[in-house]
Amino acid sequence: MTLNWKSGGVLLGVVFFLAVALVKPIGVSTQFVIFDGILWNAINPDVVTTTADGFTSPNAYLAKSGGKYAEAVANPINYSFIFVLAMMVGAALSVLARGGLSREERAMPELWRSTIGGSSLKRYAVAFVGGFIVLYGARLAGGCTSGHMMSGMMQTALSGYIFSAGAFAAAVPVAMFMYKEV
Amino acid sequence: MTSIILAIVIGAAFGATLDRVGATNPSLIGRMLNLTNLHLMKTILLAIGVGSILMFGGQMIGLVDVGHMSVKAAYIGVFIGGLLLGGGWAMSGYCPGTGVCAAASGRKDALFFIAGGLFGAAAYMGTYPAWKASGMLDDIAGGKVTLGTVPGASYEGLTAISGDLLGLAIGAVFVLVAFVLPDTASRSGGQVQPAE
Repeated sequence: MTLNWKSGGVLLGVVFFLAVALVKPIGVSTQFVIFDGILWNAINPDVVTTTADGFTSPNAYLAKSGGKYAEAVANPINYSFIFVLAMMVGAALSVLARGGLSREERAMPELWRSTIGGSSLKRYAVAFVGGFIVLYGARLAGGCTSGHMMSGMMQTALSGYIFSAGAFAAAVPVAMFMYKEV
Repeated sequence: MTSIILAIVIGAAFGATLDRVGATNPSLIGRMLNLTNLHLMKTILLAIGVGSILMFGGQMIGLVDVGHMSVKAAYIGVFIGGLLLGGGWAMSGYCPGTGVCAAASGRKDALFFIAGGLFGAAAYMGTYPAWKASGMLDDIAGGKVTLGTVPGASYEGLTAISGDLLGLAIGAVFVLVAFVLPDTASRSGGQVQPAE
């Protein structure tokens, strides 16, 4: 059910190419900030404020680069945010089309169950902590696997190589330590 | 409006492709990162190579607008952030894009990943001034640079080499590495996983 690496790689490469040919390179992690901003702004409307020539925020991160994040929070119907929602729909339809995931797999991945154990609580806790670290790191780096690793290296961006070196330097030892299959 | 339609079409295609290549499955990510099964690594390397060749080729023949390139800045925090992302990626089996797709696919643990991610992004929003003040967000090696100099691009080149040709050449290297990388490696001396 997983595509062969040749057809899968070509397909994935064509999608990355079409994105840059038609609009701009793919990126995802910024939208976690935008979604945070939308939630925060719903609780406290002072998070995004308008200026004479656009949007800004008392939060220095949302206000950076001329308030482009603040603007996206104020107008969530923009390319990058809708893109991520569409990704979710595309993935969900693709999974349904191939028959959906088993009940066991929906609770936790098979590799986790076989190497670490069947405790849902443990799996959910590590997924939460992992998510925290991933997004904190992605925002510090200014991009994630999509924006830096795939789109960045595809464009021969120096930053993409620096990011990927860091990501694999940490990911490989952690995975080798955690997932020991006999 | 056109841009919203493109977001829906390209986004859905990206999400569906991530599912089909197995990138949203933490078991495949885990076995790629613990170096026992490099199938997904081959897919990713081939995708970068194909994307690069199509993009730079398209730019050379004038089919692709060079102005669509978007190069991110290089700074010390890129490496530190990469380390953090890598650690969390290995722990959870998800990165931001595959995490949201996995949650939409019905994976419950991915919902916890997203919740953690929203807190992590918020924590960065809160601590951003300290990183800014530390100087670790300051440009290194010219900041937003490509390895070669791409004709017509608004980004500097790290070298004076033709960025188009270099892009094609590096793309070809990615494709080549995808082909020569063994599908199933093992750190315990040639032990091969049975085929599924």
